[in-house]
Amino acid sequence: MVKTLEGSHAIAEVVVNCEAEVLACYPITPSTHIAEKLQKFYADGKIPEYITVEQEFSAISALAGASAAGARTFTTTSSQGVALMHEVLYATAGMRLPIVMCVANRSLNSPLGIWCDHQDIMPERDSGWIILMCESNQEAVDTLPQAYKIAESLLLPVMVCIDGFYLTHAVEQIDIPQKEIIQKFLPKFKPEFKLDSENPVTLGIYSTPEFLQDFREDIAKDVDNSREPIKKTEEEFSKIIGRKYGNGLIENYKCDDAERVIIAMSSFCGNIKEAIDELREKGEKVGLLRIKSFRPFPYEDVRKIIEGKKHIGVFDRATTLGGYPPLYTDVLASVYDSKLAKKVSISSFIGGIGGKDVTVEDAKNIFKSLKNKKIKREFV
Amino acid sequence: MVEFKREWDIFTSGHTACAGCGAALAIRTIMRAIGKDCIVVNTTSCSEIFSACFPRSAWKVPYIHVTFENGASVASGVSRALKAQGNNHTKVVVIAGDGGTADIGFGALSGSWERNEDILYIMYNNGAYENTGIQRSSQTPLYAWTTTSQIGKEIRGKQEPIKPMVKIAAAHGIPYAASASAGYLLDLENKVKKALNIQGSRFIDVLSPCVPGWKYDPQLTVEVAKLAVETGLWKLNEIENGDIQNEKITVQPNFKPVEDYLKLQGRFKHLTPDEIKYIQARVNKDWKR
Repeated sequence: MVKTLEGSHAIAEVVVNCEAEVLACYPITPSTHIAEKLQKFYADGKIPEYITVEQEFSAISALAGASAAGARTFTTTSSQGVALMHEVLYATAGMRLPIVMCVANRSLNSPLGIWCDHQDIMPERDSGWIILMCESNQEAVDTLPQAYKIAESLLLPVMVCIDGFYLTHAVEQIDIPQKEIIQKFLPKFKPEFKLDSENPVTLGIYSTPEFLQDFREDIAKDVDNSREPIKKTEEEFSKIIGRKYGNGLIENYKCDDAERVIIAMSSFCGNIKEAIDELREKGEKVGLLRIKSFRPFPYEDVRKIIEGKKHIGVFDRATTLGGYPPLYTDVLASVYDSKLAKKVSISSFIGGIGGKDVTVEDAKNIFKSLKNKKIKREFV
Repeated sequence: MVEFKREWDIFTSGHTACAGCGAALAIRTIMRAIGKDCIVVNTTSCSEIFSACFPRSAWKVPYIHVTFENGASVASGVSRALKAQGNNHTKVVVIAGDGGTADIGFGALSGSWERNEDILYIMYNNGAYENTGIQRSSQTPLYAWTTTSQIGKEIRGKQEPIKPMVKIAAAHGIPYAASASAGYLLDLENKVKKALNIQGSRFIDVLSPCVPGWKYDPQLTVEVAKLAVETGLWKLNEIENGDIQNEKITVQPNFKPVEDYLKLQGRFKHLTPDEIKYIQARVNKDWKR
């Protein structure tokens, strides 16, 4: 059903349509409108349980309990809220609890800012959560049902990320996947193990060095092996809704014959695409490789796209202080073990930090500077 | 004389608690009173380490542990999930230590009380971070030695009295708040059974002596736990619906001198007669004697 509405409200509607049973939210800009709208749906009886927790740490903790008890769960947060959840994000992944969370990306204090960048999720990239970065609100509402399917079939929690304000507060036409359509695709959540007094299990155990690494190895393999299921899920759902966003892990936008390619994530990709369209009219061979799945990282797909290209520019909306930025590091790792590492220059651009606007013009400038063979590492 | 039956035990033997552990004794009693239709939420604590170390478990009921400071929030989620599934019979019980409850987990606990979540929260109170090697908590008694309330030339032990958790619970207006002791197991069992039949947030603070932390002879656990009550240092009470004026005392102390309690424990061995006198005066004032 196509509606004109705010991105946040669209997310809330699709959470209801996914039949989430227990929600726990704490307001934080710019995710707040999602939490507010969901609370209204709860007040209207459209959501079974909504816990108005006293902090984000409790939000994710409550979902750990609810998910372990067999409920489909949801929460949303941003920035400091993600940071406050940090400890429990690792615990929930380790406990294989299929929680789904929408992160409206925002910078991390200090300086305090409420606007968009991707710094908030970077400390969580090693947590075991699957991290899906959406370019548009339409992609986000189409990704949420997939997130539940991925989470519940693989027993891994999933983060669906949208750029704060750019998407959360944008009012636009969005086609919201309806409950009947989602039901065809997403079965009811029936975990093999749950907290049930008829069949007692012990969850969240303590482990000695004898076993702990085995647990980490298991989850590491499962997150690695989640790439194919993520692709299949995208394939399956795209057939139902008639919209497709790359292969589920990446989107290849005019890369095939491109000489210069920007690799980036999320809403800035819209501007990059516009820049590409304009530059191609002038005969410039440029393209975009959009990373949808930041975790698991699509090393293979990235390497294949880089093959034959001359210049790559990786755009990070986050910094690693004292090191190369996160997306750049992963892209470098994609080519390290192949010969093409010597044939291509891969430059790093950091921008859009704390809500600093990154425009079509900025994208064009990045492409322009990629003509130069020298590898650059700079702030945009 | 009540006959002892092994099959009553839901928290089973074979766990790795220290000899004479007051917490293990209290938890066994609590779980017998609760029965099998429950879900236990545990926080990181001695009790987690000695009862749920992979691949063994001492729990015959569903059990979950997530982190140190989120027992009340995890339980909130479990409770709401049961509600969403139409399960109105399974009890949700938190078993947590005093550090995880009164200190690092206090925000989550206060939040759950404010929302009046349908949870029975039991704090086994051994008065320190015993699991990590006896560090001071807000539940460490006045003047007690711990590894972070040392006896020095300038400062001698913990300088602050215990944070009063039952009163704080009652001040939230929750339906039931009580204090119990591992030395009075029948009183503890009665309180657990009473709390089970109440809807909403319920809190029981159970004094649970710790052999390595308190430094006493392991065979004296019950005696120490009893003396805390008999001297009036540990009050066995109940406060319902936040009605602090009508606090009910469930076991009347006979006011043995506090020294009888203090002298059994190495954590108090540095006390001077004046310090003991001061502790006695505080007890007398508390009981208006």
